[in-house]
Amino acid sequence: MGRRVAIVGTGQTYHKSSRKDVNGVELIQEATSRALEDAGLTRKDIDAVVIGNMDHFEGINYVDTWSVDGNGGLYKPVMKVTTGGTTGTTVAIAGYYHVASGLFDTVLAIGWEKNSESDTTAAIITCSDPYWERPTFGGAVAGLAGTACEYMYKYGITERDAALVAVRDRKNALKNPYAHLRKQITVEEVLVSPMLAYPIKLLDICPRTDGACAVIFASEDKAKKIADKPAWIHQVSSRHNYTFLTDIERSGRMPTLYEACMEVYKNAGIRDPLHELDVVEMYTPSSFAGLVWIDALGVCDEGEAVRLVSDGVTEMSGEFPINPSGGVISTNCIGATGLIRVAEAAMQVSGKAGEHQIEGAKLALATGFGGCFWSDVLLIGSPRPN
Amino acid sequence: MFRKNYPLLTISSEIELPYNYSLGKYGGRLVTELKQNGRIVGIKCPKCDHVYVPPRRVCGRCFIEMDEFVEVSNRGILQSFTVVYFSFLDPETGKKRPVPYGYGRIKLDGADSEFLHFLEESDFKKLKIGVTVEAVYNENRVGSFKDIKYFKKVEDGDPS
Amino acid sequence: MERVAIIGIGQTKYEREKKGETVSDLVFEAATKALDDAKIGIEDIDNVVTVSNDFWDGRTISSMAVTDACGSYGKNVSTVEDDGTFGAFYGLMRVLSGSFRSTLVVAHCKGSEGSNHLITNAIFNPIYERAIGLDSISSSALQARRYMEKYGITEEQCALVSVKNHKNAKDNPFSQIATDISVEDVMNSKMLSDPIKLLDSSPISDGACAIILAEERMTKKVTTRPVWVKGIGHSTDAYNLGDRDLAEPDALTRAAKKAYEMAGIQDPFREIDVAEIYDAFSYQELLWSEGLGFCERGMGGRLIESGKTTKKGMLPINPSGGVLSAHPVLVAGLARIAEISIQLRGEGSGRQVDGAKIGLAHGINGACGQAHCVWILEN
Repeated sequence: MGRRVAIVGTGQTYHKSSRKDVNGVELIQEATSRALEDAGLTRKDIDAVVIGNMDHFEGINYVDTWSVDGNGGLYKPVMKVTTGGTTGTTVAIAGYYHVASGLFDTVLAIGWEKNSESDTTAAIITCSDPYWERPTFGGAVAGLAGTACEYMYKYGITERDAALVAVRDRKNALKNPYAHLRKQITVEEVLVSPMLAYPIKLLDICPRTDGACAVIFASEDKAKKIADKPAWIHQVSSRHNYTFLTDIERSGRMPTLYEACMEVYKNAGIRDPLHELDVVEMYTPSSFAGLVWIDALGVCDEGEAVRLVSDGVTEMSGEFPINPSGGVISTNCIGATGLIRVAEAAMQVSGKAGEHQIEGAKLALATGFGGCFWSDVLLIGSPRPN
Repeated sequence: MFRKNYPLLTISSEIELPYNYSLGKYGGRLVTELKQNGRIVGIKCPKCDHVYVPPRRVCGRCFIEMDEFVEVSNRGILQSFTVVYFSFLDPETGKKRPVPYGYGRIKLDGADSEFLHFLEESDFKKLKIGVTVEAVYNENRVGSFKDIKYFKKVEDGDPS
Repeated sequence: MERVAIIGIGQTKYEREKKGETVSDLVFEAATKALDDAKIGIEDIDNVVTVSNDFWDGRTISSMAVTDACGSYGKNVSTVEDDGTFGAFYGLMRVLSGSFRSTLVVAHCKGSEGSNHLITNAIFNPIYERAIGLDSISSSALQARRYMEKYGITEEQCALVSVKNHKNAKDNPFSQIATDISVEDVMNSKMLSDPIKLLDSSPISDGACAIILAEERMTKKVTTRPVWVKGIGHSTDAYNLGDRDLAEPDALTRAAKKAYEMAGIQDPFREIDVAEIYDAFSYQELLWSEGLGFCERGMGGRLIESGKTTKKGMLPINPSGGVLSAHPVLVAGLARIAEISIQLRGEGSGRQVDGAKIGLAHGINGACGQAHCVWILEN
């Protein structure tokens, strides 16, 4: 790791299934303004902008130049990074490297999506190989359903076990004013909700959301001046290993998340993540993924995630709280989703999470999921890294 | 700022954005084999021996060029499946894709990667991970992924 | 800035249609050539940046298609969806951060697979501009017309750029359109969108390009012909065409100023030995020359007439044949960096600029050069 970098401000829009009151650029501007306000900065203080979304969700080509009025980048360096569902975390990691390079001191990272503007599944299908995969592939829901099916078969997990994840996240969302779905649900309601792609039902899966998130990264000198309690970036890692959906190694833990976590733990000197991490904001696109990914964090034996969830370990009051924000199952503006994980992790360690604050949280993990079962991981903490 | 409430409008477009994707030499060979011989070919990595279906130029794990095509079986084990019930716009056709339909990841005998294809069965209660499935070809093959109609379950005693 | 160098470059030949190869095949070819050029293996690369665009590829998450082929399995990786000069900039940042020793940057595009008109129409405002039918050609025509009117630039002066660059391309084995043409040929070629004619325009191209950036210690270990990064800058202009004076490349001037300051360049025209700039249309080489400070605003026409930008001139521009001679979108900016690297190593054969020590590479993004990235390189 190079120069120390910290998050000094975050901003989110109010997330809804359709934000017809604003166009995309205005949506981006809303998140950007909140982040600047949170940091006590103005557009003048920003040296560079990084932005990301998925082109085909809105049908806008070259979003970085299109959104310049809303992203604050006029006559500044603006760059677009995009990696599918991991876009938000990829944007965050790019924001980190902009500052870590020493070329920029204060960088604005933005993720956004207006999913209401297109058919999300149709757009996602085109991520797969045009010849070999598109005819069968049923988008993110169906892809995750295949994984869910396999996990159930392998470890004897039930649909009821998975439903616990959705119930937990939706309960947490009640405390987050920005969350999209803010209504308590029960396990029974999950189980009887309409089947989308076996075994995933409507209440097992993330919604489609309109929303944006902005995060400001700053160099050590700037961060100390801007923020009372900067959220330091301790480690970042990405693994985007596959091209074909059928090439993913299915034998052990979810490989890209496991590899990225292990790299982060090793470089940060974490030996016992279950006890050393105070909170996790996990990119959990479905309730089943909320179990599979826990295995990949290396905090339990394979197939044991359900025990952590059913024992309440991952509740806000538990030893290993996951998604106090309500997670992706409550809010999913895809290009922003990963960045919201990062923003929420930063808010937790800076003590800015309000009603969904985990008391005394010092070290937080944020994860991103997307593409062809790819993962990004960021470790964020209130102590200044060595 | 607004003295009266103006309606919140959206404008719709139905852009058709056509592409001609190259199948390349490797994919082209599999399509030709499907059409002419009703068989599936994969490609083997000279370094790690992993057999990939569909064939492609590079083994991602080893970052090495592959050139050994190998025939794999029309039969394999169902690794996972789903049955899709929600309808969506099919980017291939521009129309809603008919549902429900089943598809799965199949590890063909002789291959290490999986192969994605339709399943004959679309009742998830009748599907099970671990069963043997077999490719059923269309009578008139045109040189397409869809020359294989679907994979169907092989009942005990079916000749292989 | 700490010292970072380009230690390897690889390009495919640029062609109108590479029907036998997928984008993945092209990326593998470019990446492998770059590694061979650097005389290192994929195990020496510790992170990768790919460059692709979902619209050009007709694929959401376009980077997914090239994950295997770029050698990023098990490594840190990211994807920039801008011109290759921007992707390389991110690759540079990742080395500068101290987290990595070397970044492989690879860009691909197959212009042959999609519709240039529809893909570039999607750059424009969906509510107010798309229905007019704006695309890369017709929007550039607006810019060309404005530039000509404001400064009295003539169509013949623009045509001289095409004549020069297509001739230069004859010595570049990677180029697509290498030919001797005359100003009359350009003037008589088919009108596409007044004042832009067929021979004022870059072609549709397929291809890929890769470069490897490395920190100083690794550079010194593996190569005796490093190309050092001395300065870099990028900047973005307003989006709405009506918010800009299209004859004034202000964002480019800002990007260049930053790059020149970093590199300690005060008089770019005299100090820079060779430049590769993004001439998607003939007029752009003149307009961007002004933005880069090679001449005063409005003097781009005089500059080309002076002959000072030919291969034997004071500041040869686009000895490779430029973007006019091959235009794989996104790749084209990275190819400019690759060409400058070739020149600074003295490996340009017939197109070599004698004694080139300092070079400039330039890439653009968005409509009418809304965003620019400028690299200063030195051997």
